[in-house]
Parts: sequence; structure tokens; C-alpha cells
Amino acid sequence: MLSRADVEKVSLLARLELTPEELERMTAQMVQIVGYVEQLAELKTDDVQPMAHALEVHNVFAADEVRPSLPREAALANAPHHDKEFYLVPAVLGE
Amino acid sequence: MSEPYTIIIGLEVHVQLATRTKLFCRCSTKFGAPPNTQTCPICIGMPGTLPVMNREAFALGLKTAIALNCQIARFTKWDRKQYYYPDLPKGYQISQYDLPFSQDGHLEISDPKGRFKPKRIGIIRAHLEEDAGKSMHDEVSGQADSKIDLNRTGTPLLEIVSQPDMRSPAEAKAYLQELKLLLTYLGVSDCNMQEGSLRVDANINLHVDTPEGKVATPIVEVKNMNSFRAVERAMEYEAVRHWEVWQETGQRLGQVPKQTRGWDDTAMITRGQRHKEESSDYRYFPDPDLVPVVTTDEELAAVKSSLGELPAQMRTRLEAKYGIKPYDSDVLVSAGQGLVDYYVELADLVGDGKLASNWVQQDVMRTLNEQKVEPAAFAMRPKQLGELLTAIQKGEIDTSRAREVFLEMVASGKSAADVMKAQGIEKVDESELIALCQELIAANPKIVADIQGGKPQAAGNLIGQAKKKNPNINPGRFRELVVELVGKM
Ligand SMILES: [Zn+2]
Repeated sequence: MLSRADVEKVSLLARLELTPEELERMTAQMVQIVGYVEQLAELKTDDVQPMAHALEVHNVFAADEVRPSLPREAALANAPHHDKEFYLVPAVLGE
Repeated sequence: MSEPYTIIIGLEVHVQLATRTKLFCRCSTKFGAPPNTQTCPICIGMPGTLPVMNREAFALGLKTAIALNCQIARFTKWDRKQYYYPDLPKGYQISQYDLPFSQDGHLEISDPKGRFKPKRIGIIRAHLEEDAGKSMHDEVSGQADSKIDLNRTGTPLLEIVSQPDMRSPAEAKAYLQELKLLLTYLGVSDCNMQEGSLRVDANINLHVDTPEGKVATPIVEVKNMNSFRAVERAMEYEAVRHWEVWQETGQRLGQVPKQTRGWDDTAMITRGQRHKEESSDYRYFPDPDLVPVVTTDEELAAVKSSLGELPAQMRTRLEAKYGIKPYDSDVLVSAGQGLVDYYVELADLVGDGKLASNWVQQDVMRTLNEQKVEPAAFAMRPKQLGELLTAIQKGEIDTSRAREVFLEMVASGKSAADVMKAQGIEKVDESELIALCQELIAANPKIVADIQGGKPQAAGNLIGQAKKKNPNINPGRFRELVVELVGKM
């Protein structure tokens, strides 16, 4: 079963800062979600080939031909911060 | 090697493939565009978009993997590698995890200078993934916001991971040079390190001889090496540093977390960086938006037969057919297919591979450099240069005067025969040469006495005098005559 420590680790990897109360609530919810999915493990799959993909389709390619990109204004439109040229993000430390 | 340890190096190379568009969308991959002008909802990770694999990117990857003698997977898929970084807009990179499209290949390396024996470097795998964007940090204060340019996001990358088979910095450099040459011959990447088309990370540790046998020291990953020379230097630095750390701490592989260090090319040292996250933290899972790729035997055979001659085969052929040394075949092949074609045509014309190799390596390559032209666009064709070399072979002109004629041919575009005629160069008759030799011997009794007294180099003075009297003499033949005639006295 998922522990509070597991949820703490996942929230760190997802760069989510949770309060102790949120962490408590999330742990309970995630235990439920993962538990629900785990019901699948009860199925007998010994004779079933593992699948890499849900569709029986392969080799879908596109030709290497340039199409127009987004205007920069549109690309930057949803960014919390930008200077009309670049996305701006808080300085990344440790690099 | 006298040190009580062996250096173990493995290299991870990322090359941008020479496609026009990105791996999963049709934005241009052209380098140098204004920031954030080559992006679309797919490559900046908008919800609800659907990536579609670039056919050319897969084909170029396949070609490279086959040239690297890899086993090609008949079935391959793509996975999401999750990590947070501002230059990765989706929050995951589409890469390949457990079913890469190729693995288990090798590349032969050798050193024309003979510093190490020819050897085979194993390739663990080559897989296809997407590049991230670029972050520009505020170097001065470190306080201001970082700027993000996503033009590079989604550019196709081939990641080529070697076995830890290299045993010296020189071997590491040779591997990179051979790999770059192969990629260039295949035309799959421009391999421009300045523009980031080819990037190298290295893993290094030592196997130390101890009374209880060989002991491995902790592996360190080294980044930020911007040239092959930098890789070589960083590996030299790290080997010494590992040895010092080992003597100080005795730390073994597995006793400390894997460390990442960055090479500082100005200070010529490496510095510690953040600890690498455990690979399980990437939480890979199959990308549900991309379907697998199946490759048939027929497709593989078609790619194989389209490869053409690769650098290693070309060197072997030149050495066998034209009798040149590995050093010379290496210089010619490293200069590219165009120069090899020029050389082969010239060598066939004059029937002397070594003579042709000397002229191509020195005079032709120097002139190409000066004129900044490709061999195919060089005005002096092998046929015209061949006429000059034939004149040397016939003794009509000596090498040093031929070099002057070559320069005049380059400058004027005239034929060898015309330049030689204009400069009054013609073969001196043997009887004329003997007469000149006798005349000078008679006029220089002191020099003759020196030669007889065991100073054959004194003949040089006579050659100099002879050249003044007749610049057309063949100095080599003249020297032979001096020795012969003095010997008879
Ligand atoms: Zn795009």
C-alpha cells in the first residue's frame, strides 16, 4: 500500500509543494486510486501476450516537410512571464 | 602504463539528425532562428496534441545503427521519461527505454601514430529521442530570471551509448573522431559541436590494482565538454583526480552516489554538480500517443545495401591498392569523400600512390584550405596535377621546382607544360650534367678533398654552384654524379 512517504516523494518529483493537511488527504486519495487500478492484478494473465501499446497499429510516420510554426506572440501568450522573445522562469539553481 | 590502475571510460554521444523538421511535429530544425519562432502546440506540449514520428529521422537513425554494426529491433516503441526542467515544456521527454530500436554494435578505432593497438569499442545501444530547449541563465548576478528558448525542443537526437571499453583519454578521443567521421560520411548529421549538433558526456572510473585484486572506484559522469580535445583533457584530469581521491578515501564503486561533474575548459578542471537522480525516478512508461515501429528484413537489407563505402573500409582499400601507410590513409579519409576521390583519380593517373599522397596531403590540401574550396570545386583537376607529377617522374623537374610550378599553375590556371616552358624548365641532358660536374670538381679541389676525407655533405656546395649555372639540373642526379666521379679520382 502507498505510504505518506511515497506521496511525499512523488510530490517532490512533480515539484508540488503540499501542506501537511494536503499530504494527508492526497495519501488517502492515492491509496484509493491505486487500489482501484490494482484490481486488474486479480485477472489471470498467464496466457496473455504483453502489449506495448493499446492499438494494433504500427509505423505511423509523417513526411519531413516543414509547416508553419506558431507566431511567437501566440506561443508566448499563455506564459506567466515572458519578455516578448523568451519565456522567463525563476533562476534554476544547481546547474 | 606505470600507474597502478587502469582508466575505464564510456561515452554517451547525442547527435542531432539532419532532418528538416522536428521528431514529432513539422516545425523547422534550422539553427539560429530568432528565439521561440520555431514552435507549435505539439512541441511546446499543449494538451490534446498528437505527436507523429518523422519518417526521415527514423531512417537516418536506422542507417547509423546499421553502420555501427548494431542489432536492429524488429519491434520498437517510445517511452516518456518524466522530469521537471524549464526547457522541457511537456514535463517529460519522449525517449526509448526498454525496447530501443538498436543495440549491441561496435566501432573499430585505431591510432595512426600507434599510441594504442587497434581495438573494437562496443556500442550498448543507439536510440531515438527528442531534444530539449535551451536555458540562458543570468551569469552575472544569478538572481534574474532565466530565459527559455524552445526552438530546439523536439529536434531529433540519436543517443549513442558506448560500452566502458576505452582505456585512455587518447582512445576516447579516437572513438569520437571515428564516430564523427562515420556520421559525416553517412550524411546523417552535420556534427557541429559549436552549434550543439554533437554533444558528449563521459563516464569514468579506475580499476585499481590492490593486494586483494582489482578494485573499481566510484563512477563519475563528466559533462560540458565542448570539443574532442576538451574530452581528452577532462579525462586526463579526472584520472588523476580519481587516483588522488582513492588514495585519500579508499571509496569503492557503490559506496557513494554517482557524481556528476562539469568540465571548465578555461580553468582546466572539473567541478561537482547536482547529484543525478536515480533512473527509477524518471518513471518511464510507454507513450500512449505514439505507435510502435516494426522493421522488416527487407527494409534492413535495403538500408544495408545503400550504405556505400565507410571510412574504415576506405582506409583499408587505399592502403592495399596504393601502398600508402595507415597515417596517410587516415589523413586522406578524414578529409572527406571529396578529397579521397581526388586522390584516387590522381594516383591512378600517375601510377604512384605515395607520390600522389604526398602532393595531395601537402600542396593540394594547403591550397584547398587557403582558397576555402571543396576538392570537387578545386580548379586544378587531378589530370592537370598529374601532368606535373609525370614530369617529376621523368626527371624533367625536381620536386622543389615542381612546387614553384604548382603555385604558378594555381595562380595562373596554366598547364604544367606551359608554366615549365615559360620558366625555361627543361630536362638537362645527362652528358651536359656530367660535363658540368667535371667542371666544378676541377674548380673546387678543397671541396673534393673534403668529400674524399669523409664529408659527403660537402657535395651540397657543388650542387648549389651547379644550380646557379643551370637551374634546370636535377639535384638528386647531380649528387649521385659527384659521388661517382669523386670516387673514381
Ligand atoms: Zn513544433
